[in-house]
Amino acid sequence: MDLTFTPEEQAFREEVRAFVREKLPAALRHKVVNSLRLTRDDHVMWQRTLHERGWGGPGWPKEHGGPGWNAVQQYIFEEECASAGAPRLIPFGIKMVAPVIMAFGSPEQQKRFLPDISSARKWWCQGYSEPGSGSDLASLKTRAVRGLDKDGDHFIVNGQKTWTTLGQHADWIFCLVRTDPQAKAQRGISFLLIDMKSPGITVRPIITLDGAHEVNEVWFENVRVPAENLIGEENKGWTYAKFLLGHERSNIAGIGISKREIERLKRVAATEKKNGKPLLEDSLFSAKIAQIEVDLMALEMTNLRVLSDEANEKAPGPAASILKIKGTEIQQAITELLVAAVGPYALPYKAESESDEEGDIGPRYAAGLGAHYCNMRKLSIFGGSNEIQKNIISQQLLGL
Amino acid sequence: MDFSFSEEQQQLQDAIARFVQGDYSFERRHKILKSADGWSREVWQGLADLGVLAMNIPEADGGLGYGPIEALLAMQSAGPAMLCEPLLDSAVIATALVRDFGSPEQRAELLPAMGSGERIVVLAHTEAAGRGQAVWVETSAKKSGDGYVLSGHKAVVSLAPAADELLVSARVSGQPGDAEGVAVFRVAKDASGLALKPFKTLDGRRAADVVLADVKVPASSLLGAPTVSANVAIDRALDLGLAAVCAEALGVMEATVNATIEYLKTRQQFGQPIGRFQALQHRTADMLLHLEQSRSMAYLAAMHCNVADDTQRRKTLSAAKVVIGNACRFIGQQAVQLHGGMGMTEELNVSHFFKRLMAIELSFGDTDTHLQRFAALTQRDIPLAA
Repeated sequence: MDLTFTPEEQAFREEVRAFVREKLPAALRHKVVNSLRLTRDDHVMWQRTLHERGWGGPGWPKEHGGPGWNAVQQYIFEEECASAGAPRLIPFGIKMVAPVIMAFGSPEQQKRFLPDISSARKWWCQGYSEPGSGSDLASLKTRAVRGLDKDGDHFIVNGQKTWTTLGQHADWIFCLVRTDPQAKAQRGISFLLIDMKSPGITVRPIITLDGAHEVNEVWFENVRVPAENLIGEENKGWTYAKFLLGHERSNIAGIGISKREIERLKRVAATEKKNGKPLLEDSLFSAKIAQIEVDLMALEMTNLRVLSDEANEKAPGPAASILKIKGTEIQQAITELLVAAVGPYALPYKAESESDEEGDIGPRYAAGLGAHYCNMRKLSIFGGSNEIQKNIISQQLLGL
Repeated sequence: MDFSFSEEQQQLQDAIARFVQGDYSFERRHKILKSADGWSREVWQGLADLGVLAMNIPEADGGLGYGPIEALLAMQSAGPAMLCEPLLDSAVIATALVRDFGSPEQRAELLPAMGSGERIVVLAHTEAAGRGQAVWVETSAKKSGDGYVLSGHKAVVSLAPAADELLVSARVSGQPGDAEGVAVFRVAKDASGLALKPFKTLDGRRAADVVLADVKVPASSLLGAPTVSANVAIDRALDLGLAAVCAEALGVMEATVNATIEYLKTRQQFGQPIGRFQALQHRTADMLLHLEQSRSMAYLAAMHCNVADDTQRRKTLSAAKVVIGNACRFIGQQAVQLHGGMGMTEELNVSHFFKRLMAIELSFGDTDTHLQRFAALTQRDIPLAA
């Protein structure tokens, strides 16, 4: 048993740290560490920076233009980026559709789509959820009918997707569509790549409780999709979807983000005063921070054990669910304490949380906190709600 | 022991419930929030016509002379509507302060006008460093000629932009945190040196930071009844406000729990209403436990907010704020969670309940502040050595 990282892993950590320190613009870092809203350009700029270093697809094998890192290296990379205040990588292209294209796409599809993903030339979004489906993903209704005409082999897609994160920026969407309505729920589903500029697609914003436009509804009305955009085989989409969901779990615990957020919480609590003394010295408040820190230590250790099991090709068990539940609980708990730390100054609402310029109400660091707390409520809902994760754990444990 | 309400109290409750159901729909509130002022004078007048604005005004001053139980019922009934008008700020807190601490002339000038809805008055008291402790006042009042000069900064004063005048607390002697040495002044909104920095709060309401840069006020603006100190008067007015906001929270939480139960019954997933899943049933049961504990504490708070024994009153009100603060967070968060993605949207009322409950939890001293105050007050009761 050895809990330390190898000298090679330590050296790799230093390399990533130095790179991020040199390349991450201070203004962008400021936005990230203060939960201010990032623009499309912010994300694209950072993705391109990584791409130029050959790190655009951190989880990708070398044959597809990735750095070929193992799970531990990927973990270290993500942790370093997060603690340094780099924007999170938008996962839809890099972590979701790309692994599916690598595993099940044709060589033509790999050549056509992958380079544009790691270089951020194309922005991808996800078309899984539908109104009424929620965690019951296989109940999806969006219909794709295959046909052949003078313009060739194609699908006609009709239906509606929802909760499409940052879909307003997207060039492409990967969709689960029902191609055989007669088959049992999971059997008649296909995996389609759809150009967002196709006629018949409408994107409508959903405004969330923090007042932000982050998610969308995407409507398909007789959208024509060339059959060459089908991944793998028709009606086998559920297999690819499940493969994708398995990939989603890298960095699911958000250890690096939580470490950064705890530092921020301590900075805020050291500045805020209670009875004329720093809030950080208030025993009740500091005990709450300490509780989160020890929970995070345990989670980090659990995460490392999972990584080590993966490296030794041991079956992971319900690890992803454990990491998701505890990781999101910790992140949410930190946002609660951040709000408590600034008290009533968490309440002034900044439209879109875009800036924290001087002259605003309350301390600068308070500007994005209330909206951030509200926004982070999504963590225990999306990606399979925490209730669903507990069902997964109990099903595996009980086997009933 | 009797927890039933009189016929008159029942009528008051019903009248307000009818008013908010009829005149304050979700859509209407949304429109009002989007308007430039963010509150509606028409609604305000409607509340005045119902008599709600005069409930805390003694009959001798032209009001209804109701007590805290009626205030509880009014705030609880209004809760689900999440009024963005200054009911709590003007009709409960400022009214109580003028009533209990105003000179006969000030009472005669202000109370009838406040009760009829003509004049809106808001107490500007809270300061950033106070963290919900009523005694923390850094704002200073210096004697100058036959008046005073006020300087300081009041933080996140709810509904200050709607007020015609402010009641500003300021220190005439002593240090922040001292139990004595504070006075209250009437300050007109257009007073020279007074600046309001207005903003919207997360729950959609209007508030302002109030900056006083050498604001000159005449001696007649000093509130004062010779028998009580300003600190005590402010403390009591804020305690009435605390009890009232607990009642409002109760009303919001009732609506939140009801909306969630309705959703669990109708939303289908995996071929059945999601309310059939035991995990969600138990969560809903926990919400109901929080709700009923909160109801008990809201009643207790209402019954204690006029108690003369300071320790007894503060202990009870802090206990109420702790129980209700925790419930606000639990019920708000779980309602969003159980609504899934829909709970995250602006389109559903539940997200607005969530934000109002969050704002309530942070107002009048947050849960930690009251837990610590309760601990300090109760630990005094126990002899330390045997």
